[in-house]
Amino acid sequence: MSDEHRCVELTRSRHRIGQWLLLSFVLIWFFILILTPLIGIIKATFSQGIEAVKSSLATPASMHAFWLTLVITASAVVLNTLFGTILAVVLARQNFKGKLFLESLLDLPFAVSPIVAGFMFILLFGPRGWIGNWFSSLNIKIIYAFPGMLIATLFVTLPFVAREVLPVLREFGPEQEETASTLGASQWQTFWRVTLPSIKWGMAYGVTLTIARSIGEFGAVLVVSGSIINKTQTATLRIHDQFTDFNYAGAFSAALLLAAFSFFLLNIIQYIYKNKGSAST
Amino acid sequence: MSGIRVESVTKKFGDFVAVDDVSFAVEEGELVALLGPSGSGKSTILRIVAGLETQDHGHVYLTGEDVTSLSPQKRKIGFVFQHYALFKHMTVEKNIAFGLEIRKKNKTQIKKKIAELIDLVKLNGYEKHYPSQLSGGQRQRVALARALAPEPKVLLLDEPFGSLDAKVRKNLAKWIRHLHDRIRVTSIFVTHDQSEAMEIADKIIVVNRGRVEQIGNASEVYEHPKSKFVASFVGNVNVINGRTYLSHIAIEGTEGRISQKTEDIPEDHDIVLLVRPEEVVIEKKASKDSSIPAEIEEIHYRGSFYEVDLRIGANDIKSFVQKERYKSNPWTVGEHVFVLFTQFKVFEASEGHQAIHRMLKQLGYIE
Amino acid sequence: MKNNRATALAPSEMIPRSLSLFYIGFLIVLPIVAITAEAFKGGLLNLFHQITLPEGLYALKLTFFLALFLALINIVTGTATAWVLVRYSFPFKTFMNALIDIPFAIPTVVTGIMLVLLYGPNSPIGSFFEKQGIEIIFNKPGIILALLFVTFPFAVRSVQPVLMEMEKDMEEAAQTLGASRTTIFFRVILPTLLPSILTGAALSFSRALGEFGSIVIVAGNIPFKTQVASVYIYGEIESANIQSALGTAVVLLFSSFVVLFFLNILQKWSHKHER
Repeated sequence: MSDEHRCVELTRSRHRIGQWLLLSFVLIWFFILILTPLIGIIKATFSQGIEAVKSSLATPASMHAFWLTLVITASAVVLNTLFGTILAVVLARQNFKGKLFLESLLDLPFAVSPIVAGFMFILLFGPRGWIGNWFSSLNIKIIYAFPGMLIATLFVTLPFVAREVLPVLREFGPEQEETASTLGASQWQTFWRVTLPSIKWGMAYGVTLTIARSIGEFGAVLVVSGSIINKTQTATLRIHDQFTDFNYAGAFSAALLLAAFSFFLLNIIQYIYKNKGSAST
Repeated sequence: MSGIRVESVTKKFGDFVAVDDVSFAVEEGELVALLGPSGSGKSTILRIVAGLETQDHGHVYLTGEDVTSLSPQKRKIGFVFQHYALFKHMTVEKNIAFGLEIRKKNKTQIKKKIAELIDLVKLNGYEKHYPSQLSGGQRQRVALARALAPEPKVLLLDEPFGSLDAKVRKNLAKWIRHLHDRIRVTSIFVTHDQSEAMEIADKIIVVNRGRVEQIGNASEVYEHPKSKFVASFVGNVNVINGRTYLSHIAIEGTEGRISQKTEDIPEDHDIVLLVRPEEVVIEKKASKDSSIPAEIEEIHYRGSFYEVDLRIGANDIKSFVQKERYKSNPWTVGEHVFVLFTQFKVFEASEGHQAIHRMLKQLGYIE
Repeated sequence: MKNNRATALAPSEMIPRSLSLFYIGFLIVLPIVAITAEAFKGGLLNLFHQITLPEGLYALKLTFFLALFLALINIVTGTATAWVLVRYSFPFKTFMNALIDIPFAIPTVVTGIMLVLLYGPNSPIGSFFEKQGIEIIFNKPGIILALLFVTFPFAVRSVQPVLMEMEKDMEEAAQTLGASRTTIFFRVILPTLLPSILTGAALSFSRALGEFGSIVIVAGNIPFKTQVASVYIYGEIESANIQSALGTAVVLLFSSFVVLFFLNILQKWSHKHER
C-alpha cells in the first residue's frame, strides 16, 4: 500500500472512533433496555422448576383466563377487521362532508389512556350509565361481564386494520375497480376479486397488530371487568391478580407464556411487514 | 501545471472494474465533457476527482496540487448533482450562502456574493423561494450558483441536465457555455448525450467500460474516430457488414463493391463499414463511383431535411438528404437507386461489433 | 383518490358509509361525549376543584413531568438507534432491528413483571443500587425504565424510515461545499429529520401519559410519591369517587387531543418542502 492510501485510511479512522463510540452506546442501551428483561424473565420463571410452571398454568382459573383472552381476541379481530375494512373503503373511495374529521377520529384510541377508555365505557354502560341504564332494566350485564370487555377491547384495537388498509387503497386508486365494473363485475364481485386481494397484506399486518394489542390489553379491561376470577379475568388480569397476591410463580409463568407468544407473533409481524412492503410495488 | 490532471486512476467495486487506468488532463479555463454511455464509469471518474469516491490506484491533481488524499471538503471544488441536491429546508438564498457561511465570510460579503450570483443565474426575485417552489431548470441554476459561490478552483457537473426535458436541456446547456465563457473556471461535465457534448465542450473525453477511448475536440472526435466505439457513439452512424478483398470491399448481400484498398486490414476479413447518414448520397443512375445498388424503403420528412431508409443487401441504412436536393429529384418508395459514400470508416468485425449494434439499438439509432 | 361521480347516492355507497359512521360514532364519539358531559355536569368550578385535589394534582404533575423527561431521553436514544441501524453494518443487526418492536408485542403487565424481576429489591442489580441509596423498583427510576421500554419503538421507528429515504446527495453536496461532518449533521441532516424526531417524541409523550399496566406493577403506587395519573384514576374509580376520577381523566383526555393535533401539524410540516 502506497503512502496516499495510508493517508486516506488515516483520515477515515478519525471518524471511526466516533462511530465506534456511537455504536457501543446504542448497543449497550439496547442490551440494558430490551435484552436483559427478556433474559431475566426466562431465567426467573424456570428457577422454580418446570413443574411449578406447568402446575400454575394448569389451574382452572388460569385456563379460564387464557380461554377468555382467546375469545375476546378472536371476536375483536373479526369485528374490527370487518368494520375496519369498511371504514377504510369508505374513507378511500367516497367523498363527503366531514370525511377528514372522521379520519382524524381514527387515531384517537391510540392517544387515549386505557384507564380513561375503560372509564368512558363504565359511564356509558354501567348500571346507571347513559345506555347501561336501559340494558340493566332488561337485566343484561355489560360492565363486569363479557360484552363490556369486548367493547373496551374493540375500542383500543379499532384503528389497526383501518389504518393499514387505508394507505394501500389510496395507493391503488379506484381504477382497477372501475375497470372491473366496465368488464361486467358486480359490486360484490369487484370487492371480492379485485379490492380484497390488493389489500390482503395490509390487512394481515393490521390483524396481527390487533391480536398483539388485544392479548396485551390490560388497563381498559381491568376497569370494565372487575377482574372477577373465573368469570371476567383475562390472561393479563390474571397475571396482575396473582402478582398482587404474591403468587409469583403463577404470575411469572403466565407472563412467560404471553411473552413467548408475543415473540412468535412478532416474527409473524415482521414477516408480513416485509411482504407488505414488496407487494405494494 | 494548473487545471485538472488525472493520472492512472483505477477503481474497482468488488470484481467489477469501474475505472480502468484512466489518465487525462484539463487545461485551466477549459470546459471538458466526459462522454460515454451509462455504466461507462464517467460518473465514477468525476466523483473520484471530487473526492466523493476513493480510487484504488492513481493520483488526482487540482491546480498543480496533489489532492489524492484530501477529503472533498478540502479540495475547493464546486459540484453540481444530477438531481440538484438542494437543501430542501433552506431558501434559495440560504442554499447559495451555505458554502460562504462555512468559510466564515462576514454578512456583507455574503449578501454581495449572493446578489451577484442571483443576477448571474437570472433568478432575481426568487431569493426567498424554497426548492419545492421552483421548476427543474430553476433548481439546477440554484445548484450552479451554490457551487460557484465559494469561488472554487474547479467546477464538476454530473449529468446536470439528466432530469430535465429536451427543450430545457438545450437552453441550459447553451447557457452553461455562456456562463463558462464569463467566469472561466476549469470545468468537467459528465453526459451521455453526444450532441450536447459536441455543442458546448472545448474538449471531449470519450469513455467506455472504464477506459478512455479518445480525447479531442468535437470535430476531431466526429471526423476522425479512433475506434469503432467512438465512431458509433459520437453522432449517428450506419453499420454495414462487408468483407475485404484484394482491391475492393464487398458489401454483404449485394453485388456492390467499393473500389478501395483497406490499409490496415488484411484481405479476406469480415469488416464493418461505418458511414454517417449525411455521408450517404443517393443517385438514380449508377456511376463509376456509386456502384452500390439499394432500394428505398421509407422516406420521412424531418422538417429541415429528409430521412431516407434504404436497404443494401442485408443491411438497413439511413441517409439524410437536404430538402432542395430531394425536391429537385424526388425518389419513391420501392425505387431502385444507387448509393455513394462520401466518407466512411472501416473496422474489423469482432464480438465488439455485436456490442456496437446493441448499443445503437439502445440509443435508438437503429431499430 | 376522489370519486367524483355526482350521481345520487347508491345504496352500495350509503350502507358502508352509515355502518362506518355508526361504528365510529358508537365506539369513539359517544364515549368521549359521555365522559366530557359527565365531567362538566357539576359546573366548571366543581371540575376545577376536582382536578386540583392534592392527591390527584400531584399525580398529574408527576405524570407530565415523567412523560416530558422520557420524551427528551427518547429523542436522543431513538435517533441514535435509528442512525446506527440505517448507516452502520454490524453482526446481529437484523436480529436487533427485529427486537426493536418487542415492546409493541409484549403485554404491559409482563413488562412490569420483567422489570421487577430484574431490578427489584431481591435482584442482584436492584440490591446493588439500594446499597447506594437508589431505589429503582417502587420509585421513580423504575417508572422511567418501564416508560422507556414501552415507548422505545415509537422513538426509533419514527426516525428510521425517514433516515433511510434521505438522499445522500444532499450530504455530498454539503461536503463539496466544505462542511465538516458535524456541520453536515446539524445543518443538513437534523433539519430534515426534525419533524420525524418530534413525531417520535410526541408519540412517546402521549403513550407515557396514559401508560398503566407496566407502571401499576413497577411503581408501588404510593400517593404523593409514585402514583401516576392513570393509577390515581383507577383507584378513585374503585373507591367509587367518580367525580375526582372524572376530573383527572378529562385532563388526560384533553392532553391526548392536544398531542394528536400537534402530531397532525407535524405531518403537514414534514411534507411542506417535499416535491
